[in-house]
Amino acid sequence: MTPFTELSALACPLPLENVDTDQLIPARFMKESRDKGYGGFLLHDMRFGADGTPTDFVLNDARAKGSEILVARRNFGAGSSREAAVYALVDYGFRCVIAPSFGDIFSSNSVNNGLLPALVSEKDCEAILDALGDRPGELRVDLNAQTITAGDRDFPFEINATWKIKLLNGWDDIDLTRARAEDIERFREHYTAAYPWVTS
Amino acid sequence: MVVKKAPRTLFDKIWDAHEILRNESGQSLLWIDRHFVHEGSFHAFNKLNARDLKVAHPALTTGIADHYVPTRGRSIQVVTDKVRSVIEQLEHNTREHGVTLLGLDDPRQGIVHVVGPEQGLTQPGLLMVCGDSHTSTHGALGALAFGIGASEVAHVLATQTLWQTRPKRLRITVDGRLGAGVTAKDIALAWIARLGADGARGHAIEYAGEAIRALSVEARLTLCNLSIEGGGRCGMIAPDDKTLAYLKGRPDAPEGEQWEQAEHYWRTLHSDEGAVFDREVTLRAEEIAPQVTWGVSPEEALPIDGTVPDPARAASPAKARQIQDSLDYMGLRAGQKLTEVAVDSVFIGSCTNARLEDLRAAAEVLRGRHCRVPGIVSPGSTQVKQQAEAEGLDRVFIDAGLEWRESGCSMCVGMNGDQVGSGERCASTTNRNFKGRQGPGARTHLMSPAMVAAASLTGHLTDIRELTR
Repeated sequence: MTPFTELSALACPLPLENVDTDQLIPARFMKESRDKGYGGFLLHDMRFGADGTPTDFVLNDARAKGSEILVARRNFGAGSSREAAVYALVDYGFRCVIAPSFGDIFSSNSVNNGLLPALVSEKDCEAILDALGDRPGELRVDLNAQTITAGDRDFPFEINATWKIKLLNGWDDIDLTRARAEDIERFREHYTAAYPWVTS
Repeated sequence: MVVKKAPRTLFDKIWDAHEILRNESGQSLLWIDRHFVHEGSFHAFNKLNARDLKVAHPALTTGIADHYVPTRGRSIQVVTDKVRSVIEQLEHNTREHGVTLLGLDDPRQGIVHVVGPEQGLTQPGLLMVCGDSHTSTHGALGALAFGIGASEVAHVLATQTLWQTRPKRLRITVDGRLGAGVTAKDIALAWIARLGADGARGHAIEYAGEAIRALSVEARLTLCNLSIEGGGRCGMIAPDDKTLAYLKGRPDAPEGEQWEQAEHYWRTLHSDEGAVFDREVTLRAEEIAPQVTWGVSPEEALPIDGTVPDPARAASPAKARQIQDSLDYMGLRAGQKLTEVAVDSVFIGSCTNARLEDLRAAAEVLRGRHCRVPGIVSPGSTQVKQQAEAEGLDRVFIDAGLEWRESGCSMCVGMNGDQVGSGERCASTTNRNFKGRQGPGARTHLMSPAMVAAASLTGHLTDIRELTR
């Protein structure tokens, strides 16, 4: 996975609450193989009308092209555990989402795909949206310092300590865990003896 | 000297029993007792295969076909090529990795979260995960159960463990007694409306109080199922006599001496006197009315005798825009009485409300009457379907004018092609009223099974208390 350290990029405002995973990727696209990428499915029903023509949604604005940061309101990524919602964001080109709250499962899915879920206060989120002024604009995200810079203002963001390390190093859990195989096996033996009905 | 252990919550007892180790930054590596995979798990199997990894403990994972299965008969030939392909990928992946599959033709098939408890796979004290957010359901029996993403599913398959940060604890106490026509679904929608769809974010929920104890196990499954709709990491209820009576004799429940041993442990699974919760919320059961959602998030729910919210009275311009956006999508007018909202169809199904008691409650309302709008009934499992047929409930639904289908996730998520048309309004026993959830442009109103049955009879949202008076 690509490590995430600093990012200076175009940020697209999405000033909506409760942008759930069903909106991020409608269920009907989830049976597709990821070989061709999921970027085309991102927020599909906001971006396109029933006849497939693009709407006036912000991501369709030519000025939003190349956005790598998304700024949304509370409860972003709520709902279904579908990691496909993160695949859609990542394959579209996003590397960071800024919001005052995220769905818990969405957050861990994001980190497992190198996408930074940057948690800010409601007040700071509104200030960042105000700074962008309803159009895409430049933001700088520094994961080490946990700050977002909009113009001459810095805003702090929160991230779980372990997730920060994972993102900074681009680490993958499976390799880390397999290195603990002995601990796991020792636990399993003890556990199976203590709760024999669980596995029999 | 006897050292008295600090009082612990139910959640902490189960978490501690599964903690293999804790790393420097405080994350725990947890042992996983039970893991379910479904058709949507193909991404995880692909990750595993790409790294040439094997499933570490195949006996601890169970495959169940539910998300994409056809409900109009069981022939895989009736679905589209791509839907067939994901069902076949599940068959292939489980076979290759030696995982048991409850597939289309298995009498135990059904929706994962209905089958687990039904088969006795779900037990108090277990740590259970599945690549589905409604895994919180299993907490109703006193298990610690939560949904995970595909990378985590691959991790569980490869290691039978998972890295997690211990969530905070939230206790939701519901005192008093529920009124007639008020159900576990209404408790859930009421607390989510009060705390918000992210209200329990980062928290493990324990439900407690007189009204919770009074709920049947099936009703508790409905309540815990909806924990995720309020943002909860999981929802759980301490096991009691009802839980044990429900579990005893089920195919995968322990027997004989092992049952005795298990019961001895299960009786210790409750929050100790004085255990500290990070947050406490209390509701009065008598104050909860039958709920319906009016918007596009489960937090947008109101008592059925209410009116559609007015953006002009919102707390902020941003909130006003949010309400207006919901009203536009839902095709509703500010100030409109909820009972005047006409529906086009109904759906009774899903892991939330398609167990036998749910079907009985809906059938009770429909018996000997005729629906004004069409609808589908999809039982939560093949076993529920058979039990319902043995009681003659299928005839009640069919005679009332509804379709009696096979079991699967069906119109809750529309993946198998069972969808609500664009612009159509559906009264639904499901869990999400998200935009496009039941199909592009579909308008969903969430409510209890009896309330859905009532709406099917009148053709509009209806107060079950008025109908049965």
